[in-house]
Amino acid sequence: MTRKRQRLYFVVLGMLGLGVGTALVLTAFQDNIVFFRSPTDVAEGKVAAERFQIGGLVEDGSLVKNGEDISFSVTDLNNSMKVKYRGLLPDLFREGQGVVASGRLGPDGVFVANEILAKHDENYMPREVADALKKSGRWNEGAEGGPVPSEAGPKGMTPASTAPKEAP
Amino acid sequence: MHRFANPTQFMRIANAIYPWAAGLSVILFLIGLPIALITSPPDYQQSETVRIMYVHVPSAWLALMIYGIMAGGSAAFLIWRHPMANLAAKASAPMGAVFTGLALITGMLWGQPMWGTFWVWDGRLTSFLILFFLYLGYLALGDAFEDSERGDKAAAILCLVGSVNIPIIHFSVEWWNTLHQPSIVKLGGDGVKSTVDGSILLPLFLMLGAFTFYYFAVLVLRLRSELLAAKIRNARMSQVATHAAIDPAAEGRLFVDSARLPRASAE
Repeated sequence: MTRKRQRLYFVVLGMLGLGVGTALVLTAFQDNIVFFRSPTDVAEGKVAAERFQIGGLVEDGSLVKNGEDISFSVTDLNNSMKVKYRGLLPDLFREGQGVVASGRLGPDGVFVANEILAKHDENYMPREVADALKKSGRWNEGAEGGPVPSEAGPKGMTPASTAPKEAP
Repeated sequence: MHRFANPTQFMRIANAIYPWAAGLSVILFLIGLPIALITSPPDYQQSETVRIMYVHVPSAWLALMIYGIMAGGSAAFLIWRHPMANLAAKASAPMGAVFTGLALITGMLWGQPMWGTFWVWDGRLTSFLILFFLYLGYLALGDAFEDSERGDKAAAILCLVGSVNIPIIHFSVEWWNTLHQPSIVKLGGDGVKSTVDGSILLPLFLMLGAFTFYYFAVLVLRLRSELLAAKIRNARMSQVATHAAIDPAAEGRLFVDSARLPRASAE
């Protein structure tokens, strides 16, 4: 075996080992890497931390504004959770839109948020196109507040394990 | 492929590519910038803010592509000792660092108005910040050794080890839930797919092309100057040798001169 061949095998094996190692570590820490938990996670008692982020869609018709006091429900289409917040909302915050709230779960089951972030999808389009889609009925408002070309779905709004296989 | 290990062969091809890369980059910027920044329609939700994407996405794309090229070059350098592969990786690193920084900065400026925050520690943002540190580490490690050959090897190994981060960056938005939205363009079994409207996708692709050709054009320029620096250094070295043979006292003085020259490893 030539030195070059030897080095080639060494690099290839090294990269393979590194890749497998990284994959194992990332799988082991899967639950810690997610940026937010879903209402379903909370309902199933998977969330142990006192402070965490809850993410999902702002449920249609759930938004109540009373001056700076805001309450709404976060849903992942399976479960939903009531959120209370006092403060300014990001511009993109609206019903049917993705949202991530950080705070803690109160004893009454209401999530008290101290920060609200808006999450948007990757479906960029001009207003006219959005209007046309809405008119033609191809706009799947309930699922993610954006057009849903087949499998795009509410991905990222629910952890892969609990994501509904088919959008209801 | 081993043919290109020869600097003359390599530069012949690089020099042939240069006018095309530079020309296409200029043309694409001239067409793409006005469309991206002025005539393309605002997004239905984000309105004008969406224009940050035309700088953000190409920067992020180059940050990943350049790292991929550097990893390939580092592997060829470690396995086959191709000096040109190493030189290409070293010449790419500062550009990769700059585009990574640009993607991070434009991303923060975009995140503040849209998400409501400059920064969150989600999978995508964190892995991309690690990429930035990998670039800085590569640059620092390459220069950290007295013996530049050893520095090159250490940096090449760091580059290869760090390349596990590239798929992590790409798939972070699919593996874990993140605040960052999924990819705009998806490469699947059925070709390129995108959920973005054509009027926004067109300027994005023009800018992607402009950025990419810009990188290749500047890479050729950087390789040229690196090779010239190496030539000058070699010429000085042989001058030192000749002088030293005639007048031993001259050695020290000339040696200082040559040490001040820019360092280049391709000899």
